[in-house]
Amino acid sequence: MSETKEKEQSTTHKIGIYLWIWGLLFVLSFFSYMVDWYQFQGMLRWSLILVFMFAKAGLIMAFFMHLYWERYALVNVLLWPMTAIACFIFLMVAEFEYTVFTRLFYFVVGG
Amino acid sequence: MSDPKIDGLELKPGFKGMADDTGSDQTMFKGVHWGKAMMWIFLLSDTFIFSCFLISYMKGRGSTLVDWPNASEVFGLHVFGVEVPLLLIAIMTFVLITSSGTMALAVKYGYEKNRKMCGWLILATAIGGLIFVGMQAFEWSKLISEGVRPWENPFGAKQFGSFFFMITGFHGTHVSIGVIFLFIYAYKTFAGHYDDRKRGWFTSMKGDYVEIEILGLYWHFVDLVWVFIFAFFYLW
Repeated sequence: MSETKEKEQSTTHKIGIYLWIWGLLFVLSFFSYMVDWYQFQGMLRWSLILVFMFAKAGLIMAFFMHLYWERYALVNVLLWPMTAIACFIFLMVAEFEYTVFTRLFYFVVGG
Repeated sequence: MSDPKIDGLELKPGFKGMADDTGSDQTMFKGVHWGKAMMWIFLLSDTFIFSCFLISYMKGRGSTLVDWPNASEVFGLHVFGVEVPLLLIAIMTFVLITSSGTMALAVKYGYEKNRKMCGWLILATAIGGLIFVGMQAFEWSKLISEGVRPWENPFGAKQFGSFFFMITGFHGTHVSIGVIFLFIYAYKTFAGHYDDRKRGWFTSMKGDYVEIEILGLYWHFVDLVWVFIFAFFYLW
């Protein structure tokens, strides 16, 4: 009996943690909407958007999707492939800069 | 959540545990239901699909010489004589986060074998998703009536329409499929399939509340993707 009880405790968490994360997600979403409301521009805008985005994504994955409580074998299988996406982003940034350069060079400057 | 104790076998935490799990010549994801592991693998592949869409959007937007349409004006709404930027998108974001929270609570109550509470919360999640899809349909028809097409639009760079319809359309499809499954699982929960360990329609697997967590993973993923779409497509 005590064993099953212990097992149940390991699979559920207190409601408070969910409500906290829920509230935080609302606050962060509100902040990211405020970025647009006040029309911040330039680096400030982009960095704020990214900070709020990663904070929200991290909270959802860690607590709502329970990754914080999972074993590392699963967590690492899921998170390491993201480095491939990071590499892809890096490559495509180089690519679009090159495309912009060629377009400016041939369409605007005229070759 | 993995169960750290399996048949008297004490599992080590951290990276040492990861090395042991991976090299154990048995199941690698210890204490993780196979359905949950497969859902995670599916979500990983879905992550790559959405990443490809968002990266191609980045490439398209970054390489055009024409000005990109101003999202806060394009998606603004005219309410009570005032122009509010991005209003509809903000409401959609809040609706989706609300439904994500009710889903997280449904998973928790499911594991506590609280059938009624779990069922109502799944139903609330489904209705949240339905509202989201409805608002997206409104947004699409509004933009289409304003002349936004995949090949042209009156606001700026021509690529805008194709990326918009592709990315939000693919996300909306995910939400719609999720809503269908949420309704099915709400029915199954209320009918007590997880308490009676009743077998599913297409599987010999006995019903268990872990299925609610698997469904929850999918739904949270849909919310997660929206976080990125909201940041990159609507705010950037």
